[in-house]
Amino acid sequence: MTLLRFEDVSLHRGGRLLFEGVSFVLGAGERLQVTGQNGVGKSSLIRLAAGLLREASGRIERSPLALADDNVAVDRELTLKQALSFWDGSVGTAMEALGIACLAEVPVRLLSSGQLKRSTLARVAASDAKLWLLDEPLNALDGDGAERLSRIIDAHLTAGGAVLAASHQAIAGEWPKLELGA
Amino acid sequence: MIGALILRDLRRGLAGAAWLPVAFFLLVATLVPFAVGPDAQLLARMGPGALWIAALTAALLPIERLIEPDRADGVLDQLALHGVADETTAVAKIAAHWLSFGPLLFIAAFPAAVLLGIDPAALKRLLLSIWIGTPGLAALAVAVAALTAGLPRAGSIAGLLLLPIAVPLLIFAAAFCGDGSNQALALEAAISILLLAGAPFVTAAAIRAART
Repeated sequence: MTLLRFEDVSLHRGGRLLFEGVSFVLGAGERLQVTGQNGVGKSSLIRLAAGLLREASGRIERSPLALADDNVAVDRELTLKQALSFWDGSVGTAMEALGIACLAEVPVRLLSSGQLKRSTLARVAASDAKLWLLDEPLNALDGDGAERLSRIIDAHLTAGGAVLAASHQAIAGEWPKLELGA
Repeated sequence: MIGALILRDLRRGLAGAAWLPVAFFLLVATLVPFAVGPDAQLLARMGPGALWIAALTAALLPIERLIEPDRADGVLDQLALHGVADETTAVAKIAAHWLSFGPLLFIAAFPAAVLLGIDPAALKRLLLSIWIGTPGLAALAVAVAALTAGLPRAGSIAGLLLLPIAVPLLIFAAAFCGDGSNQALALEAAISILLLAGAPFVTAAAIRAART
């Protein structure tokens, strides 16, 4: 089952061609890492896959998806559990998986950037979307966080999901690479 | 999701400075007699108009908090990814914004009317015009907030954008308060409905255009 398909996609940003001729297919149980230097368009490709940007040419097919990027999208004045529950009712297991269950009653504004990163990943893990889009998922994560991340990714792939991650760092596991700007 | 979004925005609106527009409204009502003088007849005649100017400027106060924080924090993106159309988000934001200042302004009109010596018949007209005009004002404020989201010093640009479009609302609302003409009320209602109908689409287009 195909969850995400790029066919000869190109993207313009600010009047400049960012990339062109990008094609790949992501099926159930598959993962792909977008790599490349800073500014080459990794994050833009993720936002394009999410449907938040429009492709200049080519075709994109996508199934329902969940996105984790640098925007936390949780209300700072609420406790973490309340804030995450706005997006998906059952966040308990996901918070457990990312090691932030103990922070459930802590107001979001008091959390560190690493804890916020875990929260955005928990939001994705709690959604029932098959396709996960992760933009720089390792940013601000410590060793334990990175390990938990690779564990939830493995579990998600086993359950028939797919993951598209953009990172210039190595993510644990066997990742087929898509090199932008090569 | 739309109900949850309205509740969330209303909670944020009220937890923020919901009293600020109302305090501003009452402040103007307090200052007008000092500026104009104690002539009760003159005050009663210009009172409703002065209150409408106060309501208009009060609606501008929270404009930077309506869209920009959610845009910068990725909430608008996540809503779109959760299958909420940008137009729906806009409608929820308009409803929440109106709920956070419309009813409060309605209540504040009573003490303001006492301060300006507005008689009960004129107060009734003022309340009706506030009831009909503020939803349009809320819609306009959200649309302008979306158009200026992410710009530096958005507040002052928002004022320049909002006030000219709000002028017809002001003219007909004040005209109705003055002589109770039904035509003025009908025109005020028509403009309010026009703003309510158009604003969600303008807001949604602005949200989409701001996605980079």
